[in-house]
Amino acid sequence: MFVFIVRRILQTIPVLLGVSLVVFLIMQMVPGDPATLLAGEGATKETIAMIRHQLGLDRPILYQYVDYVIHAVQGDFGQSLRSSRPVLDEIMVRLPITLELALASIFITVVLGMVAGIISATRQYSAADISIMIVALLGISLPSFWLGLMLIYFFSVNLQWFPVSGWGTISHMILPAITLGAGGAAIVARMTRSSMLEVVRQDYIRTAKAKGLKEHVIIYKHGLKNALIPVITVVGLQFGALLGGTVLTESVFAINGLGRLIVDAIRTRDLPMVQGGVLIASVIFVFMNLAVDILYRYFNKRIDLN
Amino acid sequence: MKPEVVIKNPGLKLNKKKSTKLQNWKAFYKKFKRNKLALVGGYIVLFYILLAIFAPLVSPHDPYEIDLVNKLQTPTMEHWMGTDDKGRDILSRLLYGTRLSLTVGFVSVFFGAFIGILLGLTAGYYGKWIDTIIMRIVDVLLAFPGILLALAIISALGPSLINVMVAVGVFSIPMFARIVRGSTLSVRKLEYIDAVRALGATDFTIIVKHIFPNILSPVIVQATLRLATAILSAAGLSFLGLGAQPPSPEWGAMLSSGRDYLFSAPHIALFPGIAISTLVLGFNIFGDGLRDALDPRMKK
Amino acid sequence: MKQFNETILEVKNLQTHFFTDEGTSKAVDGISFTLNKGETLGIVGESGSGKSITSLSLLRLIPSPPGKIAGGSILFKGEDLLAKTEKQMRSIRGNEISMIFQEPMTSLNPVYSAGEQIAEAIRLHQKLGKKEAWAKAVDMLRLVGIPSPEKRAKQEPHELSGGMRQRVMIAMALACHPEVLIADEPTTALDVTIQAQILELIKTLQKDFGTAVILITHDLGVVYETCDRVAVMYAGKMVEYTLAKEIFTNPKHPYTIGLLNSLPRLDLDQEELTTIPGTVPSPYDMPKGCSFAPRCAHAKPICEQAVPDLESVGPDTEVSCWMYTPQWDKEYEAEEKVGVQ
Repeated sequence: MFVFIVRRILQTIPVLLGVSLVVFLIMQMVPGDPATLLAGEGATKETIAMIRHQLGLDRPILYQYVDYVIHAVQGDFGQSLRSSRPVLDEIMVRLPITLELALASIFITVVLGMVAGIISATRQYSAADISIMIVALLGISLPSFWLGLMLIYFFSVNLQWFPVSGWGTISHMILPAITLGAGGAAIVARMTRSSMLEVVRQDYIRTAKAKGLKEHVIIYKHGLKNALIPVITVVGLQFGALLGGTVLTESVFAINGLGRLIVDAIRTRDLPMVQGGVLIASVIFVFMNLAVDILYRYFNKRIDLN
Repeated sequence: MKPEVVIKNPGLKLNKKKSTKLQNWKAFYKKFKRNKLALVGGYIVLFYILLAIFAPLVSPHDPYEIDLVNKLQTPTMEHWMGTDDKGRDILSRLLYGTRLSLTVGFVSVFFGAFIGILLGLTAGYYGKWIDTIIMRIVDVLLAFPGILLALAIISALGPSLINVMVAVGVFSIPMFARIVRGSTLSVRKLEYIDAVRALGATDFTIIVKHIFPNILSPVIVQATLRLATAILSAAGLSFLGLGAQPPSPEWGAMLSSGRDYLFSAPHIALFPGIAISTLVLGFNIFGDGLRDALDPRMKK
Repeated sequence: MKQFNETILEVKNLQTHFFTDEGTSKAVDGISFTLNKGETLGIVGESGSGKSITSLSLLRLIPSPPGKIAGGSILFKGEDLLAKTEKQMRSIRGNEISMIFQEPMTSLNPVYSAGEQIAEAIRLHQKLGKKEAWAKAVDMLRLVGIPSPEKRAKQEPHELSGGMRQRVMIAMALACHPEVLIADEPTTALDVTIQAQILELIKTLQKDFGTAVILITHDLGVVYETCDRVAVMYAGKMVEYTLAKEIFTNPKHPYTIGLLNSLPRLDLDQEELTTIPGTVPSPYDMPKGCSFAPRCAHAKPICEQAVPDLESVGPDTEVSCWMYTPQWDKEYEAEEKVGVQ
């Protein structure tokens, strides 16, 4: 197990380097010269050349990349072109909000998804099962931003139960968390259901029945624990989709998180900010995956070794 | 002489004959037809494709015609889905928007599938260091959370519907590469591939004639499900103002303009959302049905 | 031979059918047998003969749908199990009748320790506290010959070998001293050396506890070593029901004879092993007459037209074959006539 963890941590290093390389290369594809952009209109060639030199843009591209990585590791993602403040500072202001939103949503995803999946699986082909599966199908098909708008319309505009936008209190959190977590909940529900149905066909469930255990003991004690192991992976993957989804949700609910920061940065062509934002979100996701893998390995060791 | 005292078992289950390709398709069709829900999905998709093709014929109005007198109208006999903030007929705009969504979906998935298949086949067939390099690249692409990779690409290329196709296409590459590599590996291990090679077939012939047909069904299933994701992602990017630009009747862009009138005219946001959801739902259940019919093992 | 008088389990005309898209499969089609206290009954047959379904039917563990016990009765101590409520059945399962399965690798829950899985049954049926149940589970592990049972009890199945797991299964099954133990191919998945140990263990514990055993197997060697009576099943039906020693010395049904001939014998100088030609018919497409007729060397027209009843042909032997009926001679004469013309 220890060896596995160490190996798995070492494996993330090339992935992180790759991610940074991709982000770096994408920014190289930007048409136009950042130095010209930064210098503003009517700048002399000398000024532009000076800025180029200051930014290190006159050096070979590989050199620039290494330089970029070295700075990034130290937390230096450059300066925002718009506010001239360090990118990391701006991100750190926004990041906690996004993480709060992500955690609230993953809570909805996991709890709602698993409960619905379990209900469905234990009453296969019942009215409850069919309704849950239809809702889950809708859940993976609805655009989250539209769901968000509709929730705002019904619960904030019409019923006035929740604030329309902003962040800070629990009541601010509820609608965005549902918006962002619904799709994942639908996927987790489908996965939990199929995993449970798979597990109840296993030999050890038959053993439990032959022991004379009650149906609910068989399902919840002997089935559920085994069924949830593969669901862990799905939840991990959903975290990525969810982190990406904050971009849309924060835009719908006017939440000043990292997602909105990135979108605004794209609109204003604040490239260092886009670069830094995407990179940090990806790093978080990579570490999240690492944690999920270790967790999965921990729960799954008994099955793997069979 | 066998030392065991065991009854030789001819078995009950081995009565099935080896199925030919034709029988495979018949079995697939039979299974698929039995799945009523999947049929519904297929009909939804077909319905939308027909709408897209015949949009000019079925649209009651010009989707771009501005009529400020009749703006923000709720549904009437004249405008079945009402009008938007510039008085344009929402139904007609949705019908034309079908073309955009389907085009973006098909083009980006085709693009992603093409490159993904190429990468997956190469990695799975040649193995060794080629495999390692390609799969590391795929890992890196998968390390971007959700649509952030697409977002980063658009930030570089600039907002436009074409760039959305590129971005969403790139976003689809890793999924295809993984699936194709997996299937290629399992086919490659089969003995007959060695036999064919021993007969002097080139790598190219082996890949095209023997491996590709075997990876086709998982690719088709993945492509169908991926179309749903692609349409959703593209609409999302347009919603953020990073895709289709006004006055384009792209569904996500329409939704985006509708959000400003959520209080006074919620129908502007309502209908595009229903349009997206229905089409995506169609692809999702169609894809689920295809998967169950083509390969029950992929049911995860 | 031991004396058996008290009947513990009596199965009459058991019918278990499966209803699937392809049609109805009569997996068990009219099985009857009697099991006395302390006795061992072997049920022998090929895969798909319905022997495992029979054993699962006894505890009403047939997955439903698609399976259903469609008829017959299972009298346990004089009471019909098919008439019991699910709750009553639960108090019988693992307590008065328990079962061990073919696959020790997958029959234990991977996420609970061996001790916990044994103690669970003890707590359930004997209403013992956690600590006492655990202590008893450890005792059971010691009884089934697991070294350092205190330590093993805390281990999870993946830390145990296949033979060890089957011992755990046996410990679990016998923990509540059941009157009947159903062992469904308990040794098939194990190494040959372990097989003998496990069979020996079952035999010893059976004597100690006075348990009656139903041993499902496809291995006639196992029957020879362990059983008192034997029922031979073919395609869901019982074709021969007799004493275990009889079947080796005086087999009646052509299928039984075929099975015996396919065994390697040490006392005879055999050139090669005989096999039974053909395959078991599909359960969805059973012949109208005797289901063995298509493979039977002695088959006559009557065999393809009607199913023979299971009838007594000796003091302890029943067989279902036209060869042992008065009709057979008539058939023979009829055939002779056809031959003359």
